[in-house]
Amino acid sequence: MIKNLKKQNFWFVFTPYLWLVLFFFVPLALIFKISISVSEWGMPPYRDLFSLSENGLEINSTLGNYLFIFSDPFYIRSYLNSLSLAFTSTVLCLLIGYPIAFYVAKSKTSIRNILLIMLIIPFWSSFLLRVYAWKVLLQGSGIINSILIHIGLISEPISMLHNHYAVILGVVYTYLPFMILPLYGYLVKFDLNLIDASNDLGAKPLNTFVKVILPLSLPGIVAGSMLVFIPVVGEYIIPEMLGGSDKLYFGKIIWDEFFVNRDWPIASALAMSGIVILVFPIIIFQLMYAKYNFKNE
Amino acid sequence: MNKLFLKIFTLTIGFSFLYFPILTLIAYSFNDNKRVMVWKGFSFRWYKELFHNEQILEAFYTSLKIASLSATFATVMGVMIGFSLTRISKIPARPFFIFLSSSPLVMPEIILGLSLLLFFISSNHIIGFPSSKGQLTVLISHITFSVAFVAVIIQSRLSSYDKNIEEAAQDLGTIPNMIFWKVTAPVILPAILSGWLLAFTLSLDDLVVASFTSGPGANTLPIVVFSKVRLGLSPEVNALSAIIMLIVILAAISIYLINRSNIKK
Repeated sequence: MIKNLKKQNFWFVFTPYLWLVLFFFVPLALIFKISISVSEWGMPPYRDLFSLSENGLEINSTLGNYLFIFSDPFYIRSYLNSLSLAFTSTVLCLLIGYPIAFYVAKSKTSIRNILLIMLIIPFWSSFLLRVYAWKVLLQGSGIINSILIHIGLISEPISMLHNHYAVILGVVYTYLPFMILPLYGYLVKFDLNLIDASNDLGAKPLNTFVKVILPLSLPGIVAGSMLVFIPVVGEYIIPEMLGGSDKLYFGKIIWDEFFVNRDWPIASALAMSGIVILVFPIIIFQLMYAKYNFKNE
Repeated sequence: MNKLFLKIFTLTIGFSFLYFPILTLIAYSFNDNKRVMVWKGFSFRWYKELFHNEQILEAFYTSLKIASLSATFATVMGVMIGFSLTRISKIPARPFFIFLSSSPLVMPEIILGLSLLLFFISSNHIIGFPSSKGQLTVLISHITFSVAFVAVIIQSRLSSYDKNIEEAAQDLGTIPNMIFWKVTAPVILPAILSGWLLAFTLSLDDLVVASFTSGPGANTLPIVVFSKVRLGLSPEVNALSAIIMLIVILAAISIYLINRSNIKK
């Protein structure tokens, strides 16, 4: 361990430190500041927090933006929609991804490496283009409608785009590799003899799975779920490309408040509330998970 | 036998789900019809149009430039953070530093984009910098969120390898700077490379943060593609997807082959 912060180490530590303070922390503080400002016409479209007038120092601060958001069911519903989208798609990714990761990890080494490359290819290819691929597939004249008509299930094209099922499908599809890869990482380290041992001792396959395999792959499940859940809460692209007006999501609301309504204070207050609503469940979850791990050790 | 069937069945369904949309897109990129999903005949028409599309080519060039610069800066700073947090004990407000270097990972990109845009506008008002939104502001934003990802990779590599090597070098009288360049850097080189690659793809793939922070003359490839497919379909984008898939597949196969020959050795 290098004990002293010598002169030569100073810039080594402080360049990234300063960068993050300037371009991550200060912008967040700024959002907070704007979120408690009063909006007005002009540029920038909010009043300064502190101003000097004949009456002395004036503070123009308000909690009105937050009260406005939380008294309007429109905004509350968009938060809930985003949380439920994130939850549903995380569960679906887990249900679809677990068997795939399990069987890839249990394959022979030669086949396993090829399958692993096949898992990484979609992970690397462009996110936007993979969402676009579903837009092409789900079109009225798209291939899925053609197949359904061909086999006689439907007689004319049904509209499959622009609803929240299409959004869930798009999210599950694009985020599936984020779930499979960490699961695979834990399952591949897993000693297959443990399954045989459990079977030899008379456990039924389901029991072996629940009591042996599942607990040992839990870190992978948690890591994969985080990688899906966190970005999906703020997801903007997928609802915009595949979704309709049946359900609105938090990411799109912020986008519209800023770009369409030009209401900076409301957009900032939405973002701050988003941080609280999103970050709190994650912190609580991680604390619970750490406690659980601690108990089991 | 039953088990083997279940395994093959699961893997077939799983991989079909992953590949069916991509392969359909590639197949239709050869369709000689402006209406994307109505097959007319095989042609390279959209590839020709793609290579004559100035807007897409320019955006592609802009994206490559920003991604390689961003990845390089982010890797340098990510290594600095990883090294500082695992090797240097006296850092003022250390928990705050840890918070700063890890929370971009859990911050939704829409909030990151909004906060950076508001920051750039305010700082332009106060000190006149940045003078306008453009490639520089996108670059700064991409570096900011990529640093955290690189730092995590470097940190996990540094904390998993034996510190005694560094201490041995110190005991032998090597000065700290030399220890870093001659001992630490070679050991973590694979982590540095994968950090750079990750930062490069993060930047190349980013639409949301770039949309907030870019200005005239700084359209990245995702911004242009998104504007083309937001409301409809575009046969040129199909061709572009096919080319990107080809590059990714070739890269993946070459990494597979390199790994295999390394293991054989």
